[in-house]
Amino acid sequence: MLGILLYYFSAQLPEQFAWLIKYPKSWTIPLKYWISDFMKWLIQDLDFGLFTFKEFTRSIAWLLEWPLRFASALLSEGFTFSSDPKAPVLVQRLPWVAVTAIFTLIAYRVNGWKLAILVGSCFLYLAIFGQWESAMVTLSSIVIAVPFGVFIGMLFGILGFRHKNFEMAMMPVLDLMQTVPVFAYLVPVLFLFGFGPVAAMIATMIYATPPMVRLTLLALKQVPAELVEYGRMAGCTNKQLLWKVQIPSARAGLMVGVNQVIMLSLNMVIIASMIGAGGLGYDVLASLRRLAIGAGLEAGVAITLLAIALDRLSQAFVQRDTTSFHPEDVHFLIRHRYLVTAIAGLLIVWIAGHFLPAVNHYPEAMQLTTGEFWSDLVKWLNINYFDQFEAVKTFLLLNFMIPIKRFLLAVPWVVIVAMVALLGYQLGGWRLSVLTALLSLFIAVTGQWQKAMVTIYLCGVSVLFATGIGVPLGMWAALNKKVYRVVKVIIDTLQTLPSFVYLIPVVMLFRVGDFAAMLAIIVYSLAPAVRYTIHGITQVPEDLVEASKAIGCTKLQILRRVQIPIALPEIMLGVNQTIMMALSMLVITALVGTRDLGQEVYIALTKADTGRGIVAGLAVAFIAIIADRLIGAWAKRKKQQLGMEHV
Amino acid sequence: MLSIKSKHIFAALLASCMLTQGAQAAVESNDPIKLTLHDWTGQLITTTMMGRVLEEMGYNIEYQVADYIAQFAGLESGDLHVAMEMWETTGKQAMETSLATGNTVDLGETGMKAVEEWWYPLYMKEKCPGLPDWKALNDCAEIFSAPETAPKGRYLGAPVTWGGFDDERVEALGMDFEVVHAGTDAALFAELESAYQRKAAWVGWVYTPHWAPIKFEGEFVEFPPYSDECYSDPKAGLNANEAYDCGKPRGWIKKVGWKGGEEKWPCAYQAIRNFKTDNQTIGTMVGEVDLDGKKMEDVVETWLKANESTWKTWTQCS
Repeated sequence: MLGILLYYFSAQLPEQFAWLIKYPKSWTIPLKYWISDFMKWLIQDLDFGLFTFKEFTRSIAWLLEWPLRFASALLSEGFTFSSDPKAPVLVQRLPWVAVTAIFTLIAYRVNGWKLAILVGSCFLYLAIFGQWESAMVTLSSIVIAVPFGVFIGMLFGILGFRHKNFEMAMMPVLDLMQTVPVFAYLVPVLFLFGFGPVAAMIATMIYATPPMVRLTLLALKQVPAELVEYGRMAGCTNKQLLWKVQIPSARAGLMVGVNQVIMLSLNMVIIASMIGAGGLGYDVLASLRRLAIGAGLEAGVAITLLAIALDRLSQAFVQRDTTSFHPEDVHFLIRHRYLVTAIAGLLIVWIAGHFLPAVNHYPEAMQLTTGEFWSDLVKWLNINYFDQFEAVKTFLLLNFMIPIKRFLLAVPWVVIVAMVALLGYQLGGWRLSVLTALLSLFIAVTGQWQKAMVTIYLCGVSVLFATGIGVPLGMWAALNKKVYRVVKVIIDTLQTLPSFVYLIPVVMLFRVGDFAAMLAIIVYSLAPAVRYTIHGITQVPEDLVEASKAIGCTKLQILRRVQIPIALPEIMLGVNQTIMMALSMLVITALVGTRDLGQEVYIALTKADTGRGIVAGLAVAFIAIIADRLIGAWAKRKKQQLGMEHV
Repeated sequence: MLSIKSKHIFAALLASCMLTQGAQAAVESNDPIKLTLHDWTGQLITTTMMGRVLEEMGYNIEYQVADYIAQFAGLESGDLHVAMEMWETTGKQAMETSLATGNTVDLGETGMKAVEEWWYPLYMKEKCPGLPDWKALNDCAEIFSAPETAPKGRYLGAPVTWGGFDDERVEALGMDFEVVHAGTDAALFAELESAYQRKAAWVGWVYTPHWAPIKFEGEFVEFPPYSDECYSDPKAGLNANEAYDCGKPRGWIKKVGWKGGEEKWPCAYQAIRNFKTDNQTIGTMVGEVDLDGKKMEDVVETWLKANESTWKTWTQCS
């Protein structure tokens, strides 16, 4: 309301107050040039005497290259033992039969035959659908990036746990690492670490490590105080306390972190392939560029299945009972009979792979593809239903999306900054107020106001739809076991399937423009809204539900009067995550021609313009942080009001 | 002195080892030459052709997937060595910036001509009889309209980063069209395919050599012919007050490489300079890969066998 009033008021303003409405161009701070110049200095001039900065980063890249080369030789190329790339392969890579068997066996050992079948069939899919070669390239960078990410994440987590100041300094950096779009820092990474798989791996690690740091901190903090006391009484030094008591008992939390690193690394596969990682991501991009929808989908599904297999495996590790009994008096070979058999089998298959091509490479003649089917399906939809799609699209565009966009672009920037500050004050006091005001000022000062408004419009509309669909779906799933199972598979797939796979069919059916972008964002950001709603509703205390039943509430009444109000803070956190996902999807939707901050980041990438990319990336991050802090403060207040801050 | 001498001996030893290994001819350096691969089939083909020819000469070749513009960072630092296709129409600015650093070198034209222009499917000729003339196109602008642009026609332009001055062109020629930018060429051709399936009205940015004008029947719109003055001087052309009142330039496609490679592999760079082909050759091969579903490596291999006399002339080194 305030906004609308001020908007009409501002139309009457005399000329000299025009700056209140539109941020004047001449006031823009040329931050992006400063950053570009700084980058130039870093690469060309910074010299530590013995070596330059670039030599320093290059040597890091050189170090990282070795494990990566080893993994890729083991899984995809074979060993040549020579620096000459033409040298013949002396020791073959692990055959597809062996890799599939190893993962299936691990799954069986960890969690029984059910998981073994799941993991085994994921790997069989890779072989049968002709994805094996690319999948192994992808897997080899994942198996190196994940341990490094986990190690570095734990290191910083522990440092933060030990030193309060370090934690305070680290938190904003982590926020930025998670919210600045990856495209924004690809260019500097390329400059510093060279071109190719190593640079791609480093970008992956920047993106995937922060949750590990956070979860390490959280897990260490949650170790019961009695346990630590007990350790002290037993005379542990600080070091012993950490490694013998705190870390072992924080294991479950740490494993959740590992799981997150794996999932996020796989999320990066497509983007990493743009800077030379190759593998499945490259296949997805290349097939969609020639509009081979089926081939793109198959490669995309391969990424999803790889993610699911690794995810389920790592989760099973978390839940596994480690206190199992090992009889010490049994002979080594019997005690470890699975391991011994596995290694023996592996060696036999590996050696066989040197002589039998079918063991080493899955035979091409036995590969399947469903490629044609998907293209035909899209074609059929396109020919028969395009008019209906077009009608829905036109209606929404003209009556809903375009008016919102016009309104946001017309509201004076001063009003929006003031409103954000006011909201911050009401929800979280003056500190929050100053933070949100400064962050939104940054966007104006760096001259990105217009694009930021288009960003907020596109994300806002998408988030409205995503929560409108996701929250009710989550409630339904929370109350019905059967629905839950179906919904879980759907949201797992949506989160790991590269968005590029559905972006192209969406463009074919809805044409280039904001609407296609909105659909893609909704699909991608739906998952957290569903997930958090399910979590929120199911954690409503059972006795409350029982008591409501006892006083004669109907199911609907319980939902409306008890479960939803109590779950609301949790649901809002889901909305918060939905906003984060929507913002991270922006750069991808730039590929279908939006005109927002995402496009700005993308243009900066294609022009290799460091400063421009980082400044636009920071603006996206700040929008995310403002939304995050405001919603977080709101949820905290609500929880306090409900008297359940400890739940 | 001694160290230099021993280096020579070492090199001689290496070379003799190489010779005993077999078919390899002596080349200046066995370090792999890194050729960049982008994401369109034509470029994959020209790069593989060049790579195979260099391999026949005895060089080690590595292919590296890289972004079309972002690759210049790598070419300047020597992480990457040769890019086979830099289009005047889209990459000129980035290439000139890079050449100005002195770390990259222009390796000459490929012989292909880049054509980029407004393009429509052939069936549109029935609905709009005067085509391919641009005035006729403008007269039936409404046929090409979409709800959000009506009554103006909707023209799907290339990604903003490709340039092309379409917004200016529409303005200068007073056309009743609105320019909508696709974010990538994947989105651009997805929309074309969709329209073609429905035989719906469509006009957009198409370029060649590319598979699209082979797969879909259509024509380029004929604008007033391009001239340098038309772009630089508002007075030239139909509209006395504005520039860009003409069609797009038809440009070269050049090869570009890391400067340091010139000394490291002089003969290889010579061969890359000699590389010559044309739109017809590459267009046909692109069609075989993208439309007939043949493997790219096989298509290139067939070409190598059939045209040995052609590429042998590239490999002569003075």
